[in-house]
Amino acid sequence: MITLTDFLLVGALLFCTGMYMIVSKRNSIQVLIGIELMLNAAILNLVAFGKYDKLNNGGQVFALFAIVLAAATTAVALAIILNVYRRYKTIDPDEIKNLRD
Amino acid sequence: MSLVRLLFYVMSFIAVSSALYAALSKNLVRSIFIFFVTLFALAGLYVLALADFVAVTQVVIYVGGILVLILFAFMLSGRETLNVIQQQKGKFINMAKVPAVILAVLFLAVIVNIILKADADNLPWIKQSIAQKNEIVPTTLMTENIGINLMTTYLLPFEAISVLLLMALVGAAHLSRKEGRA
Repeated sequence: MITLTDFLLVGALLFCTGMYMIVSKRNSIQVLIGIELMLNAAILNLVAFGKYDKLNNGGQVFALFAIVLAAATTAVALAIILNVYRRYKTIDPDEIKNLRD
Repeated sequence: MSLVRLLFYVMSFIAVSSALYAALSKNLVRSIFIFFVTLFALAGLYVLALADFVAVTQVVIYVGGILVLILFAFMLSGRETLNVIQQQKGKFINMAKVPAVILAVLFLAVIVNIILKADADNLPWIKQSIAQKNEIVPTTLMTENIGINLMTTYLLPFEAISVLLLMALVGAAHLSRKEGRA
């Protein structure tokens, strides 16, 4: 039988990998992938705990909500990245230091 | 060792190792495509946690939607994207990455410590749930129950999220249109 702690440990590993990507990457798209990894780690925890709630399905339903929210986030973030690329000709987060004027 | 446990180890190994590869790879395209593998392995882990509906949603929305969107953004942003990566080639250990590694490793140490101390399998409400047979077992069919709950208990968050999706759709379309025309 798979215990709850196993799932939590896998989630922790994925979360830290995502955090490393967010802090170290010099490309906005890879930063976005890091954010997705962290979201997935959170969803894994929701699903793992949701196993013990058969009547209300709290964990699984909110995992579904989190997946949908991640989709909305990605769409808006990619639109922003495209706009930034159009204006600065780069998507390196370190290079983007100026406001509009 | 039971087959389920073996599958769990295989799936989590694939998920973690492909995530690490995506994090350490210097090639953006490779990093995006290996992220596919991570998402599929995570869908497998959801199945092992007896959440088959969430696993299918993960495959449909993440693999089918989000990754195609990321690939589109990558292709639209052009050659400059790759130049960034070529600059940081060279040294095997990049000094600029050391703080990020330290941060991630320390955070992992803290969080693993907390997980081991929390001892999630012996929490009171989980013991109670097992005692009251409120635990999902592999033979139960959950999809029908999820549908009923989505339309009764969780109707308000469901509607709120639908409005939010519409807003995100309109916002993304507004942000990504061509400049000039007001």
